[in-house]
Amino acid sequence: MEISGAEIVTRCLQEEGVEFVFGYPGGAVLEIYDAIHKQDFFKHVLVRHEQAAVHAADAYSRSSNKVGVALLTSGPGATNGITGIATAYMDSIPLIVISGQVGTPMIGSDAFQEVDMVGCSRPIVKHNFLVKDVRDIAATFKKAFHIATTGRPGPVVIDIPKDVTIHKTKFEYPQSVSIRSYNPPVKGHPGQIKKAAQLLADAKRPFVYVGGGAVLGNASAEVTELVKLLNLPCTNTLMGLGALDGTDANFVGMLGMHGTYEANLAMQYCDVLIAIGARFDDRVISVPNQFLSQAKKIVHIDIDPSSIAKRVKVDVPIVGDVKSVVSDLVALLKETGQRPNDKALAAWWDQVNEWRKPNSLLYTQDSEIIKPQFVVQKLWEVTDGQAIVTSDVGQHQMFAAQYYKFRRPRQWINSGGLGTMGFGLPAAMGAQMANPYAQVACITGEASIQMNIQELSTCKQYHIPVKIINLNNRYLGMVRQWQEFFYGNRYSESYMDALPDFVKLAEAYGHIGMKIEKPADVEPALREAFSEKLKDRLVFLDFITDQKANVFPMVQNGKGLNQMDLPEHMRGMQQVPFENNRDYGNLC
Amino acid sequence: MRHILSILIENEAGALSRVTGLFSARGYNIDSLTVQTTEDVTMSRMTIVTHGSDDIIEQITKQLNKLVEVVKVIDLNEADHIERELMLIKVRATGKERDEMKRMADIFRGRIIDVTEKSYTIELTGPGEKLDAFIKALDPAVILETVRTGASGIGRGERILKI
Ligand SMILES: Cc1cc2nc3c(=O)[nH]c(=O)nc-3n(C[C@H](O)[C@H](O)[C@H](O)COP(=O)(O)OP(=O)(O)OC[C@H]3O[C@@H](n4cnc5c(N)ncnc54)[C@H](O)[C@@H]3O)c2cc1C
Ligand SMILES: Cc1ncc(C[n+]2csc(CCOP(=O)(O)OP(=O)(O)O)c2C)c(N)n1
Ligand SMILES: [Mg+2]
Repeated sequence: MEISGAEIVTRCLQEEGVEFVFGYPGGAVLEIYDAIHKQDFFKHVLVRHEQAAVHAADAYSRSSNKVGVALLTSGPGATNGITGIATAYMDSIPLIVISGQVGTPMIGSDAFQEVDMVGCSRPIVKHNFLVKDVRDIAATFKKAFHIATTGRPGPVVIDIPKDVTIHKTKFEYPQSVSIRSYNPPVKGHPGQIKKAAQLLADAKRPFVYVGGGAVLGNASAEVTELVKLLNLPCTNTLMGLGALDGTDANFVGMLGMHGTYEANLAMQYCDVLIAIGARFDDRVISVPNQFLSQAKKIVHIDIDPSSIAKRVKVDVPIVGDVKSVVSDLVALLKETGQRPNDKALAAWWDQVNEWRKPNSLLYTQDSEIIKPQFVVQKLWEVTDGQAIVTSDVGQHQMFAAQYYKFRRPRQWINSGGLGTMGFGLPAAMGAQMANPYAQVACITGEASIQMNIQELSTCKQYHIPVKIINLNNRYLGMVRQWQEFFYGNRYSESYMDALPDFVKLAEAYGHIGMKIEKPADVEPALREAFSEKLKDRLVFLDFITDQKANVFPMVQNGKGLNQMDLPEHMRGMQQVPFENNRDYGNLC
Repeated sequence: MRHILSILIENEAGALSRVTGLFSARGYNIDSLTVQTTEDVTMSRMTIVTHGSDDIIEQITKQLNKLVEVVKVIDLNEADHIERELMLIKVRATGKERDEMKRMADIFRGRIIDVTEKSYTIELTGPGEKLDAFIKALDPAVILETVRTGASGIGRGERILKI
């Protein structure tokens, strides 16, 4: 039997086990929407702006390891999706974005709502396709899902002209796929893994630096095993949070621009660094030369060869899937019994623990003004550290990363690479769809939330009971912080004037709003919002927080990891090993 | 340093723009680029001449390999190779210039492939420097038009780029 291209699209999605499609209709995709109407394999979620469709699909992927799907119409629908696609691309998130296109005979004629989507999206996708023949749809979908989910994951765009969705052909979904030009590696080279084991055995100050690749590659268990087996100190990047339990004794906190004192100094002064699915981002190591000014041997495990030796030359590159490589490494270490010298390791731990002592995340909560850190800490307590937390971009994002100790991978959903304000709310929707029984909190700022506030309406329609934690400092706080530090307190355009009444706004959308102004009210408000009674309701908690709070520690651009701006109680503190004459080797 | 990269790439619409887009997006240089299908028409072979430090060339190679449609990439500079470029050059040729021009073409082993009363079109192949030398040897005033393909390269002997 012959069916239309549009029906084939829905059948392909069914074959791939898709549960939700986040989208918004328009002329070029009306055939597809008609086919969606006639099926009940998957549910369509009607967002209020296409950017949100892509963010929601993206967070659906991030929070579940399934593949999110977004459906956009041609022209403005497709271009509205671009920010979402770039967000997913920067964080290597598997995603399928289907965009409508004008009919093939019209392509190139500046037709109504025509945009060269393949051209526009090319620099921000793992791959994209323009399907020009109805007979190619099925094979294209098979390839697209394969490409999006294997190797280093990423978004794939499938652009489908309207006439192709009308034409008919027989539907047959390919059972397997093989692309001769695309063969991502899996297993790491055994010789390289041996070298890594040897380096670890010779290490006096070993350190493990775990990134988003360990989350994407579902390798949290393997990484944890490695860390525990040798009792190594370990840090996670912003994207890696949860890969090692944030409450684990071996965890020294996040590293980087807003990393902890102990994580940044351990990163700087270690002698053997094992980098696992992390890409030595500029927000992590700052300037490569500064980072390398203390000699260290580096093992770098990454599935993408282009991530290796991109910013930092390494001694033992291992190309392969984290899960496979780390479990091979663990197996080898167990077999050979190789491990760092106990005495040296104990001394190194003494050092790390001394760095921990001053607690670089310390803040004081007085009785008057709510500190943003306090809200996140209370949220952690109230949700037992178990909520899925999404975030926007700014100070609140960093506070969320620092103070919510993530217990497991895929629990922390944020835009790290692109830093997209407006991500948080649609991301919370996608995460809640993928995890209907989980508590989902969106930690946001009064500026970020307004970038996709219209999604409160989507939440109402689909009964998405996320809790919005608005850390309302009446400032583009992160911008204000930089202006305070680097621009002589000239707060150019960083004050959010004429803010809406968020309580009324939430109510206008049919939700519950709360305004919290006193520290004493923080916990009760959170308890109420997460209570059984409000389990099915979206609650918008507008916390009026300290306008002057800054994120510490901070590594300024161009500075080294041992040149942090420290919080007040640590100002002037040395950023070197406390004792240089230990028997575990000369540090500097 | 100057490098010649040879790339086997699926012969698909848009594949070329992925390659050129990559170079511009990442700030790499393209000195020249040639492309044509191979004996297997499903595949094209591209030669890109670029320059940059070893680190940059390494990144370019890795980034090219990452493109889904790229089948294989080699840096010809890593071993012995041969490169050739084709130039068509139209020169003014009147009066006694005609003999002179013919002699020059012969010296450089060029061929005159089109003749009018006032001009010759000369075809010349060789390494880029030879083509440069030919242009230099001429009085700029007689050159009416030049068109060059950019280099094509191939490894010597047993060194073969194929799947
Ligand atoms: C306001 C702001 C402040 C920030 N401050 C910080 C900060 O203080 N600290 C910080 O860490 N970040 C910070 N970031 C985030 C930063 O910009 C980067 O996004 C982040 O550091 C990158 O994380 P990553 O190195 O883990 O790499 P990711 O972007 O998560 O990349 C993953 C890597 O793993 C590889 N990979 C993927 N899958 C696999 C697999 N299966 N097997 C092996 N390898 C795989 C990929 O090829 C890639 O190289 C900040 C961002 C913002 C917006
Ligand atoms: C789409 C977008 N525009 C601009 C920026 C630059 N930017 C980064 S943080 C920030 C301020 C965010 O303010 P708010 O959401 O209130 O968070 P706060 O820092 O106050 O916690 C801005 C404007 C960005 N990251 N994304
Ligand atoms: Mg703010």
